[in-house]
Amino acid sequence: MLKPMDTQYGFIGNRSHDPYVAGRDTLSKEEQDGECIFETVGEVTSPDPIISVRNCNVFYGDNQAINNVTLDVGRNEVISLIGPSGCGKSTFIRCLNRMNDTIEGARVEGDIRLDGEPIYAKEVDPVLLRARVGMVFQKPNPFPKSVYENVAYGARIHGLARSRAELDEIVFSSLERAGLYAEVKSRMDEPGTSLSGGQQQRLCIARTIAVNPEVILMDEPCSALDPIATAKIEDLIEELRQNFSIAIVTHSMQQAARVSQRTAYFHMGQLVEVGATDTVFTNPIHRLTEDYVTGRIG
Amino acid sequence: MRLSTILLVYIAILIIGYFAGRQKAIAYSHALDAGRTMHSLPMYHGYYVLMWGAIPAIIAILGYFFMGDGLVLDRVIAGLPDEVRSLPESRLNLVLNDIRVVAAGAETSGESEAYIQSAADSLNAGREFLSLLLGLAVVALSSTGCYLAWRNLSGDFRARNRVESAIQVLLVMAASIAVLTTIGIVFSVLFESIRFFQKVPLFDFLFGLNWSPQTAIRSDQVGSSGSFGAVPLFLGTLMISGIAMIIALPIGLMVAIYLSEYTTARVRGVVKPLLEVLAGIPTVVYGYFAALTVAPLLRDFGLSAGLQISSESALGAGLVMGIMILPFVSSISDDVINSVPQSMRDGSLGLGATRSETIRRVVLPAALPGIVGGFLLAASRAIGETMIVVMAAGLAAKMTINPLEAVTTVTVQIVTLLVGDQEFDSPKTLAAFGLGLTLFIVTLILNIIALHVVRKYREQYD
Ligand SMILES: Nc1ncnc2c1ncn2[C@@H]1O[C@H](COP(=O)(O)OP(=O)(O)OP(=O)(O)O)[C@@H](O)[C@H]1O
Ligand SMILES: [Mg+2]
Repeated sequence: MLKPMDTQYGFIGNRSHDPYVAGRDTLSKEEQDGECIFETVGEVTSPDPIISVRNCNVFYGDNQAINNVTLDVGRNEVISLIGPSGCGKSTFIRCLNRMNDTIEGARVEGDIRLDGEPIYAKEVDPVLLRARVGMVFQKPNPFPKSVYENVAYGARIHGLARSRAELDEIVFSSLERAGLYAEVKSRMDEPGTSLSGGQQQRLCIARTIAVNPEVILMDEPCSALDPIATAKIEDLIEELRQNFSIAIVTHSMQQAARVSQRTAYFHMGQLVEVGATDTVFTNPIHRLTEDYVTGRIG
Repeated sequence: MRLSTILLVYIAILIIGYFAGRQKAIAYSHALDAGRTMHSLPMYHGYYVLMWGAIPAIIAILGYFFMGDGLVLDRVIAGLPDEVRSLPESRLNLVLNDIRVVAAGAETSGESEAYIQSAADSLNAGREFLSLLLGLAVVALSSTGCYLAWRNLSGDFRARNRVESAIQVLLVMAASIAVLTTIGIVFSVLFESIRFFQKVPLFDFLFGLNWSPQTAIRSDQVGSSGSFGAVPLFLGTLMISGIAMIIALPIGLMVAIYLSEYTTARVRGVVKPLLEVLAGIPTVVYGYFAALTVAPLLRDFGLSAGLQISSESALGAGLVMGIMILPFVSSISDDVINSVPQSMRDGSLGLGATRSETIRRVVLPAALPGIVGGFLLAASRAIGETMIVVMAAGLAAKMTINPLEAVTTVTVQIVTLLVGDQEFDSPKTLAAFGLGLTLFIVTLILNIIALHVVRKYREQYD
């Protein structure tokens, strides 16, 4: 069904004559407004994908928020999604765990696979899928429960622990892996909301890894945090990569550069460019990407 | 002078004052150098003049309404024959009433005494004179007020600030009317209750098991003391509102959950207003419904099940009352559930919880304080409800916890105590105030707790 990679997404190679590539002086208004169709440049595929998205379109009612995006998330890879506000980054990652199903009027088209299984197939239960593809949100959103119960929540729902000891084990190790255990070990019974913003966000990460997902989606996880709390989360992401695959939306180019191996640049619902993070930031192919990473738009 | 004429003249003067003030300000603004502006818009100068025209005159008008008739009556009384004036207070009042009636031009029964006719004439004359005086005073006050204010205007006059403070005073006055009325109500109930508790000890009232105020009709009757143990009433109230809450809580909560979590915005937009219509149905209509539809149904059902259900039962009244307060519960719960941030739900759904798990384990606990607040408000509504109970639960103050029997409630007893033709200071009538005070205190406490709980909850997420 899919066209062969090379014809559809032509390799970067000799595209210097392409009208859209970096170095060209001006962009037409249509290009800036995303009113023309871009061909994604760069390597959309990954040698060992855990999630693969092919020709994804998302509509909110009649508005198209994602336009024909094809992209892989590699195993044990951190991929960052960048782009101007409203370009569809959140919409895109919410497709990967079917969170868009919970929005009235949202419609997702295309072929999205987790470990080769299509996740939008009829027999797939989105509830179970979300246990495999966890999500951390922009604003820390601990439940109005104790620190302990926040982390135990997923494990309880999915029946992961057969005894209190096992539950303790899951909770403590998740907090440990989220780098929070030392800070909260004496505060297990306090409400999660009494922690600081950065601690709350790490609590949410702990809560997510407690159900042992394969992929973690993070939607601007640090946008509500100060630089020190941000640095802690970035270190954490680097560590989590050993066990999980991570897709992170961020507005901070430095953060993308620090934590991710690949970077995807979105523009007006389209995927403009994907590639190794250094390449995208130091030597982007597409003029729009260049403008964005050099701070001329967005 | 007719009152309507006075008002028309008054308004005309104010309008003229407004335009005069505005005009003067506009003239000033024309005289200004280019690029400079006046402190206040001409409109505010107009309002300032209007204000000063309005306020003194309105005081005169209010004074006329509250005291005018009293002044005239005093003069009329002074003109009455001595033997009439020396009548006891209550008889004198009857005479005055007759005078008023004759003065209004109505036919009195039988031949009225000559002095009444002449007093009526002097009453009318006095009124006529007073209203003339009022007319003159209003014209004088409003035009002088306008004029003085108008003279006060100048190019840099801060009319806008003056108007602002006047508006503030107006608002404070409006607020204090509400507060003062509440205080007045509380005190009137309180004083009458104190009189009641002088006759019936508080302890007997609160803990007595026998309620039969009917025996205390005439002082020469045997057993005239009556008994005012309110426990059966409290029990009846408790039982009926308890049944109502048992119906309204779960259903209301489920309706709220359905509306806020499971419907589309379209369905919600239709269903929620419809539910709120339920809250607008007059309680008398619920009363019919309880007495004419629900009670017979229950009785028939009871017959087929071998139960004795009387046609006036706590159960029937409670059921219908439950339906009545349903919209309170569902509407408040729905608001509270909706104000739980979406991010809470996202967090739970994102961990692989189902929708109902999310509701049970995250949304409801987060919304609980607000929901409890809503329940308490609904409960105080149920406790204070009268009409349904009068029509469907009966009047018998029976000491029972069987919901299939007729019981009575505090509110019903208040009504029955006050509709009889009793002397106003008999314990029977005064008992109504004792009950009213008890009811008031209980619902007040419930409301305070509810508001407190709701407020505390609001703080959590704002
Ligand atoms: N629930 C929704 N209903 C309707 N339209 C939506 C909804 N969510 C997003 N959109 C629209 O879809 C487009 C993409 O939004 P999205 O939130 O994915 O952008 P984003 O890249 O995450 O932006 P930001 O960086 O500001 O978070 C926007 O035009 C937005 O208005
Ligand atoms: Mg977003």
